[in-house]
Formats: sequence, structure tokens, C-alpha cells
Amino acid sequence: MTLAALRSQLEDSLRGKVSAPFAARRAALPQMAASGITEIDRLTGGLPRGCLTEITGAAGSGRMSFLVSLLAGLTRRGESCAVVDGRDAFDPCGAEAAGVALGRLLLVRCSNIEQALRGADLLLHGGGFGLVALDLSDLPGTAVRRVPLNAWFRFRRMVENTATILLLLEQESCAKSCASLVLRLEMEAARWNSAARKNGGMKNPQQFLLGGLRIRAEVLRSRFEAAESSAVNSSSNESPAPGGGCLYETEAAWIDLTGKRRRGKNSISGRAAKSAKP
Amino acid sequence: MPFACIHIPHFILQAALRAEPELCAQPAGILDGNPPLLTIVAVNEKAARLGLRLEMTKLQAEQIPGLQIRRRSAAQETAAHAALVDLALAFSPRIEDTAADTIALDLAGLAALFGSLENLAHRMAARAAEFGFSANVGVASNPEAAQLAARGFSGVTLLAPEEEAQRLGGLPVSALHLSAEMRETLDRWGVRTCAALAALPVAQLSERLGQEGVRMQELARGANVRALIPAQGATQFEEALELDTPVSELEPLAFLLGRLLDQLCARLSARALATNEIRLKMKLEPGEEEIFPVADESVLQRNSARKKSGRKNSAAAQTAPSIYESTLRLPLPMRDSKVLLRLWRLHLEADPPVSPIVKIEMTAEPARTRFAQSGLFQPLSPDPEKLEITMARARHLVGEANIGAPEPVNTHRPLAFAMKRFDPAAAADDFAGQPAAQAALAPVIALRAFRPALPARVEVRADVPVRVLFNGVCGEVIAASGPWRNSGDWWTEDPWNQDEWDLEIEFPLARAKESKLFAVSKESAASRGVYRVIYERAADRWSIGGVYD
Repeated sequence: MTLAALRSQLEDSLRGKVSAPFAARRAALPQMAASGITEIDRLTGGLPRGCLTEITGAAGSGRMSFLVSLLAGLTRRGESCAVVDGRDAFDPCGAEAAGVALGRLLLVRCSNIEQALRGADLLLHGGGFGLVALDLSDLPGTAVRRVPLNAWFRFRRMVENTATILLLLEQESCAKSCASLVLRLEMEAARWNSAARKNGGMKNPQQFLLGGLRIRAEVLRSRFEAAESSAVNSSSNESPAPGGGCLYETEAAWIDLTGKRRRGKNSISGRAAKSAKP
Repeated sequence: MPFACIHIPHFILQAALRAEPELCAQPAGILDGNPPLLTIVAVNEKAARLGLRLEMTKLQAEQIPGLQIRRRSAAQETAAHAALVDLALAFSPRIEDTAADTIALDLAGLAALFGSLENLAHRMAARAAEFGFSANVGVASNPEAAQLAARGFSGVTLLAPEEEAQRLGGLPVSALHLSAEMRETLDRWGVRTCAALAALPVAQLSERLGQEGVRMQELARGANVRALIPAQGATQFEEALELDTPVSELEPLAFLLGRLLDQLCARLSARALATNEIRLKMKLEPGEEEIFPVADESVLQRNSARKKSGRKNSAAAQTAPSIYESTLRLPLPMRDSKVLLRLWRLHLEADPPVSPIVKIEMTAEPARTRFAQSGLFQPLSPDPEKLEITMARARHLVGEANIGAPEPVNTHRPLAFAMKRFDPAAAADDFAGQPAAQAALAPVIALRAFRPALPARVEVRADVPVRVLFNGVCGEVIAASGPWRNSGDWWTEDPWNQDEWDLEIEFPLARAKESKLFAVSKESAASRGVYRVIYERAADRWSIGGVYD
């Protein structure tokens, strides 16, 4: 019996019971959650729920700011989130100033990669979190690269068909095909308060204030089409980043010299007073 | 007005075997008394068929092959009686604590609730089986008749008002709890059944045996009417188990704890209660035997230290058996025995007892059950019971102090925070009524802290850092903000007094790529990053507190 005849026979027997048994079905797109950074949401459509997302980059490339922004959005919407901190680098005070509802954040402070992976495994197995972030940024790259691929596959399977965002922060991408979205972040420039530059720049370092960082985000891999990726350059004030991706700015949570209060009720390390002089 | 009576036959035996239901299928006997004068005080049917009798000595009982012997336990009998009271309260709020093995209930108005009195009686018997009892249930128009029916007939017995005298007539007079003298008198008269006693003329009976004899005749007819003496349920739920053979491994201990938890949860469920605190008290057998093999080195060292400290105590303390006490506090009321057993296993793995266990007592503090209103649009939140197990496992992994919800502390010390218990339900209450998340503003810059801070060497020119060396790489400072001085806690043993700088540092690209620590820009000829650099004034020491990431 030929393949065509077999197919025809099966279709006849299933007629009325199953519609189009051999029709290719498109996988349903996962629900996307806003990252809290408009430019990235336009580029990627948000972060996919029920999938593994990797955020890669070197130290100072904006990964922690990305995580805090995401946490602020999710916790303020009432979702419980968890951060498995591989090297105890998380700053809760700064996170609260950025708008994170700390009461809805579960922080697991680890000292090595084994603890971090087992902690993430426990939290994913328990379920119920809107976000489980595994921060391996400060762990040695060799240790992270040695994590077998089936571990990431297992993590991905654990969040499949759930509403949990599994976020992996690291220096280099290591989950390979297990990740549905891979973003690379890079610091383009630091923004210092321009008023101080007029006053002599570094000669008056106390009149200098770190205003923020300019971050470039690049999509290395995505299984989903961005909804408005073509609209990034047309509507944004930022010039389109060459080679794809997007640019965005982070801001400091303390008061600048113009007296204009930025987002965040609390300052970091007393800088809001601006009267500290040696 | 109908009344019921729940009676546990062979109460001593059932109380002892309640924690070991598998022994009910085997010949079993209970010993009591002061050693060496131990005698058999309770016997089950299988043991009786093998020849075991009451008042046999321990030596005689041990001659019977296959016989399971247990010591009588007052604690287990107390717990069994408390369970019996809870069982009765599950059906009626008006109960009488008639005897250790008997509870009377007022069934007024309950027939409509359960369909019929027969249905109610069978439900009582079934519920008693869940509590580990094989109970007799009698239902009659007065408490005494119900009690007589429960004591005299096995299983469920319903007496219609007009047939009480007839049904009870067949019971022996010994079921009436006569005094020895009255029993002897009736035996001499040839009165051996309740029917025969009921047939005696009242006047003559009163002359010969007095009012007590008349009362016994009324009981035999099922005509004695009296009011119940109400009793209240206990406010504490306690189960106990005494072991003939000490337990020295976690698996069998967990099995026994599971039994106790099943009984506790059944009793709580009967009273529509839950628990948010369970206390475990175990009596230990002193000795050098290593127990509860654990792989965790820290646990082994802690146990060894405990034993060594015990040996330093006085001789009296060394010979007395020690006690292991532990409390499990739950974030919300629960009564799922499986979840509670898992939590206890994790608890005991982290803090095991140091010696074999000979007695277990478990007490549950009652609390109202929680009511959760689910909704289609509720934000994602972990299931409370699964979360508690997850947290217990995670505490076992990283330590109690390294997991929880972070909370800022009332201090200006940089990066200071405390860890409190993660409770999403309480957090939901804290944020209730607050406006939903505002429209996204610019993302805020966050600091990636280095704990501990990385030591650094800094070259300063005109009071401004110009070059920084750390992690084996030297970088030039291209922008600086600071110093921002802060200090505090000078009245404590751990004060701080430091200057903070925000420095944008440029590193040679090659060395930066080697260390992988710094931000590397494809377009720039060098790598750069913004770091928080700290100068500790008292120690005259520089360090890197973190990087703005």
C-alpha cells in the first residue's frame, strides 16, 4: 500500500471524528510579559511565559537593571517572584528604590553553582512564581559552561505550559536551543550629569552625578516574531542601533542637581541629601 | 429524643494497638504492672484462641508462639480517650464523657441532618474506624439504654422505644455493672439475664436490694431516664506512642510520626479545625550508639558536640534519659498529614536527635481553618502548602538565614538588609487597596554588589582617584563622582566610616577580555564600566563595593 493510499484510508476512517488529522498545527504563541523597558518590549514583544530566556553580557552591561525592572513590574502587578542569586550580588535596597515590592520577592542567596541549580530546581518544581530568575553572572564562566545541556532542558520542561518566566543571567549564552529568547546586553556609555561638566568636569567630582547608563540590547535568538520591531526606530527618540537591536537608557534613582526627583522614593547610600562633603 | 452511645470494647487493647493497626490481625496481649510482676490485662480474640488468659504472667505469655506483647501505656490511653471525645463532637455538640471507653451523645435534631438515625449510627462507626477504633454504637430513647446496647451488642444497634425491654432482655446482668454483692445475690436467685431481672416484682426487689436494685431493674428494662452531663472537648490535641524497641533511624521514625499525624489530623478534621504549630517531644535512650546516619557534615559535627557537652554534665544528668524537643511553626493553618509529615522529615534531617527514641509525644495547637477565595483573575501565587515544603527543602540546602523575603533595615549602613519569612499572602494584604502598577518609567540603574568587597589599590591625585587596580587589571578613571561620605554605628563594635566614589574606569581591552569581568564594547578600543569604589577611612583601605549593572 502506498503512502498516499494509507493516508487516504486513515482520513476516511477518522472523518467526522478528527478534523484534518494530517494538517500541520502551529504551536500556540506563549503569553508575553512586559519587561518594563519599552524599547526591549518593542524589540521582542516582551518576555515569553513558560519559556527560558537568557540575558547575557559582561559585568556592567545592564543585566541587573533589566532584572530589577522586570521584578518591579511583576511584583507591583501582584505576582510572586523568586531570584536565585548565585553569588549573593542582589541589592534589595536598590531594588526597593526601583519599585520592587520586596514582600513578593523570594531571595535565595547561594555561594556556588550547585546550590544555585538545586535551588532553582526546587522553586520550579514547587511552581506558582511569575518569575524565577537564576543569576549566574558572577560565577566562573567555566563552571557555568560545564552545566550539562539536559539540566537546562529539564528546567525548560518544568516551566512549559505554566505562566512562569524562567530568566537566566550569565556572561555567555549556555542554554543553546533550550532558550526561546536570548538577549545580549552591552553598555554603550555612562551618562554623567552634564551641568557638572560645564563647571570643570573632573575638577569638581562632587558636582558630578551618575545619571545612568546607555545600554544596547541585541536579540541573538528568538523563536517569536516581535510584534512591533519595525516601529522601534520610527517612534523612539533614540537613533536606530546599527546591526539590529535597540538602545535604551537607565536612570539613577537619586535626585540630580537640577532638583528634579526621578522615579524611586528612596535614595541609594544617602546621595539624595547632596550635602555630603568630606 | 434519641440518644447514642459509642463504646470501644477492649479499650486497653485498642488504645495500645491504635498506632499499630497491623497487629489487630495478629494475636496480641497487653502487659501491665510493676516489673517483675507484669501480668496480662487485655487479650484479643486470636490470642485467646491460642490460650492466652487474663492475669497470666509475662513468662507464661511468652511461651505462646506468634504472640505480640505490648506494655500498657497511660499516655496512649489518654490520647485514645481524647480521640473518642473528638469523634463524638464531630456529630453532636452535646456529649457526655461517661467513661474512658464510652461516650454518650444527644442526637436531637441530627436525624434530619444525616438522613436517618440508622445512617447516623453507621457514619459514627465508620468514622470511628478512621480514628483507629472498632466501635460499638447503640441508639435508644435514653442514654442508659443506648449505653447498655453499645456495651452488650457488637456493631450498630438501634432500639425502637417499644422494643427496648425486649431487645435488652437477652443481655446478661453482668452488662449492668452490678456491685459484687448484688451480682452474687442475683446469681443465688438464678437471675442471670436482664429479662429475668426486669420480671421481678418491684416492691419485693426494693425490700431486698434497696433503691439500687430498683435502679438496676429500670436499666434492665431500658426505662431509666436521666439527663446527660455535658462535657467539652479538649483544647489541645495530643497523641503519644511508647516504643518497646528504641528507634534509631529516620525511616521507621517517619513511619511512626506519619501514624501520629494521621490521627491528629483526623481529630482536627472532626472538629473542623486545623493547626499552625506542632510540638514534638521525644524521650531518648542514653547511649553511644550513632543514630540517624546523615550525610551532612555540619549535622554530624553538631551532634558530636552535643554528645560531648552531655558527657561534661553531672553524673545524675548523664544517667537520666534526655529529651528531644522541637516545634514546627506553619505560616498558615494546615491539616494535611502528608504535607506535615514531609515538613517534619525535612526538619529532622536538619536537626536529628542524638540518641535512640523510646517515646514520642506530638501536640498540635488548634487554629481555625483558613478560607481562600479563588478567582479567575488572581495574580500568580504559589500554593501555600507546596510553598512551605519548597521553603523547607531550600532552607535545608542554603541555610535558614539565606532564604526569605529581603527587608530593608532601619540603618544607613550601605547594602544592609534582613531576611524575613516569605509570605505572599501577607504581602497581598500589605498591598491591598494600593493602585496597580504605574506606567513603566525609565528603568532604574541597579548595583551588582560584591560580597565581600574586592580589595583594590587606588592612585589618588588631588584627592581624586585616577587609577584603580583590582583583579589583576589596572584601569584609568575617566569620570568620577564623590566622595560621598557616610558613617554610623560608632557606638557598636562594628562601626563604619567610609567614602564612596562612583568611578567610570577604562581597562585595556586585552586584559579585560581575559578577566571577563568588565563591560566590553565592540566599538570602543578599551573596555569600561562604572564601579562603586569605597575608601574605609579607619582602615585606610580601598575596595570595590560593586558595579553598576
